[in-house]
Amino acid sequence: MSELTQLTLAQARDAMAAGEFSAVELTDAYIAAMEAVRGLNCYLLETAGRARDMAAASDARRAKGDVGALEGVPLAVKDLFCTAGVPTTAGSHILDGFTPVYESTVTRNLWDAGAVMLGKTNLDEFAMGSSNMTSYFGPVTNPWQRRGDAAKLVPGGSSGGSAAAVAARAALAAIGTDTGGSIRQPGAFTGIVGMKPTYGRCSRWGVVAFASSLDQAGPMTHDVRDAAILLGAMAGHDARDSTSMDRAVPDFEAALSGDIRSLRIGIPRQYVMDGTPPEIDALWRQGIEWMRQAGATIVDIDLPHTKYALPTYYIVAPAEASSNLARYDGVRYGLRVAGDSIQEMYENTRGEGFGPEVKRRILIGAYVLSAGYYDAYYLKAQKVRTRIADDFHAAWEKVDTILTPTTPGPAFAQGEKMDDPIAMYLNDIFTVPASMAGLPAISVPAGLSAEGLPLGLHLIGRPFDEETLFRVAGVLEDAAGFDARPALMAKGA
Amino acid sequence: MPLDRENVRAIAQLARLKMPEALLDSLAGELNKILGWVEQLGEVDTDGVAPMTSVVAATLKQRADIVDDGDMVEDVLANAPEETRNFFVVPKVIE
Repeated sequence: MSELTQLTLAQARDAMAAGEFSAVELTDAYIAAMEAVRGLNCYLLETAGRARDMAAASDARRAKGDVGALEGVPLAVKDLFCTAGVPTTAGSHILDGFTPVYESTVTRNLWDAGAVMLGKTNLDEFAMGSSNMTSYFGPVTNPWQRRGDAAKLVPGGSSGGSAAAVAARAALAAIGTDTGGSIRQPGAFTGIVGMKPTYGRCSRWGVVAFASSLDQAGPMTHDVRDAAILLGAMAGHDARDSTSMDRAVPDFEAALSGDIRSLRIGIPRQYVMDGTPPEIDALWRQGIEWMRQAGATIVDIDLPHTKYALPTYYIVAPAEASSNLARYDGVRYGLRVAGDSIQEMYENTRGEGFGPEVKRRILIGAYVLSAGYYDAYYLKAQKVRTRIADDFHAAWEKVDTILTPTTPGPAFAQGEKMDDPIAMYLNDIFTVPASMAGLPAISVPAGLSAEGLPLGLHLIGRPFDEETLFRVAGVLEDAAGFDARPALMAKGA
Repeated sequence: MPLDRENVRAIAQLARLKMPEALLDSLAGELNKILGWVEQLGEVDTDGVAPMTSVVAATLKQRADIVDDGDMVEDVLANAPEETRNFFVVPKVIE
């Protein structure tokens, strides 16, 4: 049984197609794995009974010749996606007792493709964080440890539970959401592939909103092929999300040709930053060399507004968050804390229901949107955002894909960087610019730090050209040959 | 002009967030640090630059103006902390 949890999604799919094992057998192996790694706190809710029912239904469909793209594939779902009849928390106390009566479009697409839900994964509260430390339900432990040091490390965030579940082999693959790096940074911290598609590729309907002009769902997987397969099932136009694009969803897996000889890879000068550890720069240089050896043309490019992306993000995202989170008022769903007046009830509910980081961002957002400050902060940030996007538009004249590091360092210990919000925000310095411009991007595990922790390289693509992005990522993955495994992993039943 | 505890109290009230008195000073410090850090955007020349309104160039898709769902009172009320006779219940708002 234990071998079943060591497969990739593609391998499991092909083995089930060949009749080597059933969806029920595969699901049972993952249910055992979920139980084995409970100490990591990566699942907020295990839905084993539902998973077995879904797996049995999948086997029945297969017996009739009805086989979807993800038929019988057991997946973990970030607990930001509303799942009908299954409690959804967003990692927050304020959604206490909330059980959606509807299914998010992305998860609906997964189940329609035959996938099996294993459970809902832990996350930073309302996806606000880069460590999973802000979850109301406690931190997630990264399955990786520093060499000779059992200190508990963060898995990154906000999709930390999804990342840890995949890395610990307690899910065949997972879905996450990415606002400023919330799929890619935890992907890098846990040695898995994390991919954010172009804004508009996946429907946001039924996903608890953080910053609506930035939020995108994406796959978190063992390898690039799995990410291509999973995104293919997640993506597509949805009439219920006016920002989802009505474009054909290509066969992303077919794009993995392994040939990047005709491509130009951009290396942005501005991503060389003071204080970046030498091992990050070294890995980046190695990545450039791998691209060159694969026959791609390396082109130095300028993205002059790179350093302004993160401060821009910390105006735009909190502004949108303060607006989106106004809906949590103790009236229609979730927590209610009594008060003598309706005003007091609102204030008590929100004061008790939101954690410190969420409150901090609501306050920043309310401030930058308030009369007298709107132009100086919010309007200014939206103008800088235009300039950041223009930098990329200019770059696409010269290159097809951009290569950068994913993070400025490996996973850090639980509790580190907690007293300095800006130090925590700097985790997303390499991932935020692509978010601000709505571009697809992917983190591929590419090497180990001196302490034996995974490091990722990051590729950014043209809008709606995920195919080229996957193609380059596949070549990068092959060249890196990353095969290290974390210390804490489900060994299976 | 840096924020002080009274500013933080006012913003928290705007955002309908009850904040313990004891936290107002430390929050003011944190918010000032973040706002000080974002001040660097002042260096960027944005004269004549249009603020971003949509990250992906696209025309908003139109649809026929037809009501195609609704009549789901039970679903709407399913998660209400307090409800009665198809209404959400809140503390009394009129004297």
